[in-house]
Amino acid sequence: MFDIGDRGRLRMTGQAEFAAALLDAERPCPAGLTAWNGSDPGTRFAVYRNNVVTSLIEALTDSFPVTRELVGNAFFRAMAHAFIASTPPRSPILAVYGEAFPDFIDHFEPAGSVPYLADLARLELHRVSAYHAADAQPLAEEGFRQALARAAALPGARLRLHPSAAVQCSSYAVFSLWAAHQGTLGIGTVDPYQAEEVLIVRPHLEVLVILLRSGGGRFLQQLGDGVPFGESALTASEEAPGFDLGGVLADLIGTGAIVAFDF
Amino acid sequence: MHGMEHLSLQQTPALGISTTSAPLQSFRLPIGVGVGLKAQHYEAVLARSPAADFFEIHAENYMGAGGPPHHYLSRIREAYPLSVHGVGLSIGAEADIDEAHLDRLAALLQRYQPASFSEHLAWSSHGGACFNDLLPVPYDLNTLLRVCTHIDRVQERLQRRMLLENPATYVEFANNTLSEPEFIAEVQRRTGCGLLLDVTNVFVSCTNHHKDPQAYIDALPLSPVGEIHLAGFAADRDAAGVPLLIDAHGSRVADTVRDLYRYALERTGPAATLIEWDNDIPSFERLIEEAQRARQCLTSATGGVCA
Repeated sequence: MFDIGDRGRLRMTGQAEFAAALLDAERPCPAGLTAWNGSDPGTRFAVYRNNVVTSLIEALTDSFPVTRELVGNAFFRAMAHAFIASTPPRSPILAVYGEAFPDFIDHFEPAGSVPYLADLARLELHRVSAYHAADAQPLAEEGFRQALARAAALPGARLRLHPSAAVQCSSYAVFSLWAAHQGTLGIGTVDPYQAEEVLIVRPHLEVLVILLRSGGGRFLQQLGDGVPFGESALTASEEAPGFDLGGVLADLIGTGAIVAFDF
Repeated sequence: MHGMEHLSLQQTPALGISTTSAPLQSFRLPIGVGVGLKAQHYEAVLARSPAADFFEIHAENYMGAGGPPHHYLSRIREAYPLSVHGVGLSIGAEADIDEAHLDRLAALLQRYQPASFSEHLAWSSHGGACFNDLLPVPYDLNTLLRVCTHIDRVQERLQRRMLLENPATYVEFANNTLSEPEFIAEVQRRTGCGLLLDVTNVFVSCTNHHKDPQAYIDALPLSPVGEIHLAGFAADRDAAGVPLLIDAHGSRVADTVRDLYRYALERTGPAATLIEWDNDIPSFERLIEEAQRARQCLTSATGGVCA
């Protein structure tokens, strides 16, 4: 709320002033607050400031655990704090908070020496989105094989991806970096500057993170955009010379990423 | 209630009167002790059918389209009564109620048919930003009218009576014209809402503002209390070095709060009680153990002995 003050200037009052001071520690404690013992209400107001910042940092820590491990706790919290101050949540649903965090990391100069950090955060954001995405029954393996056997109709078929499915084509080894932090891959073996294509999907209760063969990510992205099967495969093979359609399809069977073939 | 003189209520009879005409649906939680449902405990709840009398969820954690939260909640709901507790509706906000959020709440209540829906006397969003905290409101006439309008709208849209929870606060406003229990009593009278008596919040706020917690409870209307909350608090100090308690939900219920709970029970009669433990979440066994301690107070409420 804004009031015209007695000198005619625009002056923040009430919740606007309170809200601004929550996210900006440089601002003074809002006017009009008191304490029974006459002590500085700023110390008491700081509890709210701390609650807001700490709870939002915790929310980001929950959503981006590997991002945090990559840069260490202190760095992560400072980066998260800067993000919160610039981009507070726009929804009371905390699970969707952090959508803009990877882009923020891209432009966060102190993180410039870890160029793959933003893409790793994107992978973790996809995991959070997949966790909460709509449910759908994946196409069973038998149905998948039967659809692939319809050779004549297959090129024109459109595939419906699972609502939780996301594809990430990164210039960095985001899958390997992520897997190394799950203890399933030795970190010493990871070359972070190796491009990787990753499928993130939650066919049932568990979110899966799957490394795709070269071109597999581009192929799935096309399918997800509603491009027919044949054209999607063509695009993928043009952009990824080593594209192995058979291998990619074999990899997809059992992941639950496909819900239906529409012939 | 000397504070009411400042309000000149007699001169403003029409402003705050509830406009809700249709009778609101009433639901009731079972008399017993429930616990907050945490994702970490989903499997334990389903595997062990624990002795919890109900479960409570934070509404905003179940507003995604699908996935494990709904999978587990659907199954748990089949076996237990449910309380839906909102933390993001911002009833105390200067702005109007967020209708999109109210729609989401309505859909959630429609889906799970909980025995109770509750929200806070607080605000949490402003100017499009959401702060994920329960922020304080001044207790004056303007705020009273606004909060009543918001609660009327919530009850009208959700077609049910909501419970309003007393907040834990760390500051007071210089322009308060009512005490907190006076304010809550007046909101309750005007809107017909029920109350969620958070005994820990009473203790925390009364300590922070040098008030008598028993007198606070005495000043509230207690027949509309549909649920009691108990949680652990943390202790800090203000600028003068006196204790400043923080509603942290990260530990056991303090003995002082249990004593106040017993005092409240003597006045409310047996009431549905919830153990809130949202941070440093303990093992499920430990949480149920905490619920058992409250249950002992509840079962001996008429005898007045807290085990």
